[in-house]
Amino acid sequence: MTKTIPIKPAGEIFPPTVDDHGHLVGYIHSFETGAAVDGPGMRFALFMSGCQFRCLYCHNPDTWKIYSGRQMSIDEVVAEIGKYATFLKFAGGLTITGGEPLMQAHFVGEVFYRVKKQWGLHTALDTQGFLAGHLDDAWFEQVDLVLLDIKQMNPQKYEQLTGKPLQPTLDFAERLLRLKKKFWIRYVLVPGWSDDEQDVEALAAYLAGLNQRGPGLLGRVEVLPFHKMGEHKWEELGMKYELADTQPPSQDVVDRVRSQFSRHLPYILVC
Amino acid sequence: MNAPESTIQLDAWRGFTAGDWQKQVAVRDFIQLNYTPYEGDDSFLAGPTERTRQQWAVLSELLKQEREKGVLAVSADRGTSITAHDAGYIARDLEVIVGLQTDAPLKRAIVPNGGLRMVQTGLEAYGFQLDPKVEEAYRFYRKDHNMGVFDAYNPDILACRKSGVITGLPDAYGRGRIIGDYRRVALYGVDFLIKDKKREKAELDDVDFTEDVLRTREELSEQIKALGELKEMAAKYGFDIGRPAATAQEAVQWTYFGYLAAVKEQNGAAMSIGRISTFLDVYFERDLKEGRITESDAQEMIDHLVIKLRIVRFLRTPEYDQLFSGDPTWVTESIGGMGEDGRTLVSKTSFRTLWTLSNLGPAPEPNLTVLWSTRLPKGFKDFCSKMSIETSAIQYESDDLMLPQWGDDYAIACCVSAMRVGKQMQFFGARCNLAKAMLYAINGGVDEKTGAVVAKGFEPITSEYLDYDEVVAKFDKMMDWLARTYVKALNAIHYMHDKYHYERIEMALHDRDILRTMACGIAGLSVAADSLSAIKFAKVKVIRNEAGVATDFVIEGDYPAFGNNDDRVDSIAVWLTETFMDKIKQHKTYRNSMPTQSVLTITSNVVYGKKTGNTPDGRRSGEPFAPGANPMNGRDKSGFVAAGASVAKLPYEAALDGISWTASATPDALGHTLADRVNNLSNCLDGFCGASGFHINVNVLNREMLLDAMEHPENYPQLTIRVSGYAVNFIKLTREQQLDVINRTFHMHA
Repeated sequence: MTKTIPIKPAGEIFPPTVDDHGHLVGYIHSFETGAAVDGPGMRFALFMSGCQFRCLYCHNPDTWKIYSGRQMSIDEVVAEIGKYATFLKFAGGLTITGGEPLMQAHFVGEVFYRVKKQWGLHTALDTQGFLAGHLDDAWFEQVDLVLLDIKQMNPQKYEQLTGKPLQPTLDFAERLLRLKKKFWIRYVLVPGWSDDEQDVEALAAYLAGLNQRGPGLLGRVEVLPFHKMGEHKWEELGMKYELADTQPPSQDVVDRVRSQFSRHLPYILVC
Repeated sequence: MNAPESTIQLDAWRGFTAGDWQKQVAVRDFIQLNYTPYEGDDSFLAGPTERTRQQWAVLSELLKQEREKGVLAVSADRGTSITAHDAGYIARDLEVIVGLQTDAPLKRAIVPNGGLRMVQTGLEAYGFQLDPKVEEAYRFYRKDHNMGVFDAYNPDILACRKSGVITGLPDAYGRGRIIGDYRRVALYGVDFLIKDKKREKAELDDVDFTEDVLRTREELSEQIKALGELKEMAAKYGFDIGRPAATAQEAVQWTYFGYLAAVKEQNGAAMSIGRISTFLDVYFERDLKEGRITESDAQEMIDHLVIKLRIVRFLRTPEYDQLFSGDPTWVTESIGGMGEDGRTLVSKTSFRTLWTLSNLGPAPEPNLTVLWSTRLPKGFKDFCSKMSIETSAIQYESDDLMLPQWGDDYAIACCVSAMRVGKQMQFFGARCNLAKAMLYAINGGVDEKTGAVVAKGFEPITSEYLDYDEVVAKFDKMMDWLARTYVKALNAIHYMHDKYHYERIEMALHDRDILRTMACGIAGLSVAADSLSAIKFAKVKVIRNEAGVATDFVIEGDYPAFGNNDDRVDSIAVWLTETFMDKIKQHKTYRNSMPTQSVLTITSNVVYGKKTGNTPDGRRSGEPFAPGANPMNGRDKSGFVAAGASVAKLPYEAALDGISWTASATPDALGHTLADRVNNLSNCLDGFCGASGFHINVNVLNREMLLDAMEHPENYPQLTIRVSGYAVNFIKLTREQQLDVINRTFHMHA
């Protein structure tokens, strides 16, 4: 008989933090009240601070360090979302993104729980899934949709690009199937880093497999062309921007990648 | 199709549901009994006909020449009137709907009754000569509106005009913002209307002849004459509009003739057409049912009407065009909305009118205004959103707010001014500059730019740091003074306008007894609110020049800015709006008009900014204000929805003449696919409307495209963008205004 050795989940979740009054607090980078490209409809996008990835193309490097965010109590954050609850209820919902929101999973889970309980908002989690192994299944009950970022399908390139391994993300995808959780895939298309035809082919085939094994869960594949709107933030933070010479992908490449996904996922919206 | 004799035997009212409207002038009653609400989508619409394409091509060439020259041609030989010019055509064989302001397209008339001075400046600027006979007539034999107003102004008003604390007053040309009920011409024919006006006048035969009654009697006589001239004008085009319209084509033509007479006679700042789409739809439905026309024919008539509305022109001065960004005429058509009985007033012709933006390409005129309600049919909502995303040429105003106030047959004049059609008019009052008035409060009435004493009898603030309570107390008194001076100016203007430049034909298409509003306005609301917020929540140190005038401010600390859905400052903006309205209400208004105000700048936010020094919110001297009720550029950091929520807090009851918000987004920021974008925009409009937001201009544009259009205007002849309450041709803006538009907050994905 072989004994299953439990594998320690990757990375580490930030421990819950409380303020002087004993209230749960989170580190918030910012929020955007009219986000239309972070899940279905118009959404309140809550940008959490903190990420252990160091993606070369990151357009929000100012969210990496958790303490550079503004400390807000759970009540403050929920009250801010509450101002828009009536609108969000019919127009979209809440998306928690970042940074990597799972770094502050205790806080994020509580926000999801409260907005669901108080207003029944649609909730979406934008993540690369690296830390998901730390969370039990119950944590995901408050999440209606996962926006799963898969940055590369080639494990070596994934690590080069992000500084972390790919496997936890794939494990999380499997788990979404098991939990029957709806999800969208987001793929940032960076010339020289994620536009290789074979790599895209591998990802598309992998997604087709997921879609076959968990039909009806994958809602959409979003191909997001790399842009340089975050370049100045690297400079402001005194860091070298490795992709300074990289240009946004041409429309031809974007079309080619989208059609690769479409070929493997004929009934899924690829945009 | 131009064959009036073939329709003369038709009963004009055949097939219509009978009602009170047959006995008296009651267009709303006719619409309610006869229109067909449409709850479907846009799939029925027809593309442009060959005649439409050709006509638009002819016109596009003329428009190009006009852009190059500024003004294509002027009829400087005579003052304008309803019958001053012979019939004119763009290309006679191609026109289903006919009628031009003069005898040639884009040839402008002169309107000396409004002000000979403006006519002369306008002519000289574009290299034309005024006929000496016209000049002689006004020098020796009659007086114009402009002369009258300046005879009555006092030194305070002149000082305010000069310093720019009050600007844009309609004291040199037509006041506009009056909507004749042009539908009456089609439904009743002119003979019926003349008879009705005679009845109205006869009712006053036996009452005491007070000044009011005498004025009304004289006005009614003028109206009756104007109706006669309208009939004469139509006859030049071969139509007898003494009788009611018997077909859809006649209904469109008759309605347009009514409007055409108005723009031949008047050069008002805004010459809006009203709410005609669903009225005309009744005729289209009947003709379609009778097999008289096809969908393509119906669309062609609307396209050709809209072509005419796109080329309404007035001779203005270059300064005027600079102030208002191009050549606006505010031919506002109000579309959609709901009925008092809960049925939607959206008809197929609501769609057809908006569809002209596709058939003819986008254009700033007519100023297409959707009366939005959360209860509008989904098909129409999504069609509007789609057209907005593709053209940026539509504005939205809350029917949910206006219907309870004005009923279901109001229309928008100019940008945001609601009025019940044919039953209400306004005395247009431009606006005063609240941000500058606040500086006057700090400086004791001394102008921060010139050092001149504009408001007499006030003490300046002398402390190093501004104290909120002291500033508010002094500002309150300064607003008293400003409101008093402002209403005096408006009373003078409208008294003289009624006397020397009366809107004969527009008022002939109104009831005799109407509601008049005195439409005041405020500019610089977000600058004033943010300044007070800075004084209250941060520390503001005053820098004074040698004369002791506060010319700059240093802010120590942060303050909440208007536009982030933060009650601490939003409540200040609400307080300012309500307070100034209350102050206006203290004063006696001309003709007992009902005082209202708007929070609207048109595009004068740029000029207002130029005339206003450094302000305590950190805005630099000369920097443009935000347009209308907008948050200051770049200060609304929490996104589109938070900005809208702040604006929506401004109470409509304290600004019944409208509250304008202009929002720009990049297409990508509205969603990844067109379907997402349409759905999201519809939901945003519902959300804003549901939160009691009043007005929103929607621009969906790429900043890069605007920059390219600045460099290569020839590639963007029809690029249209929404500014405060109307749309403009981007390439006709001054460079300053173009930069202002580009610098405005663009909501995009971070």
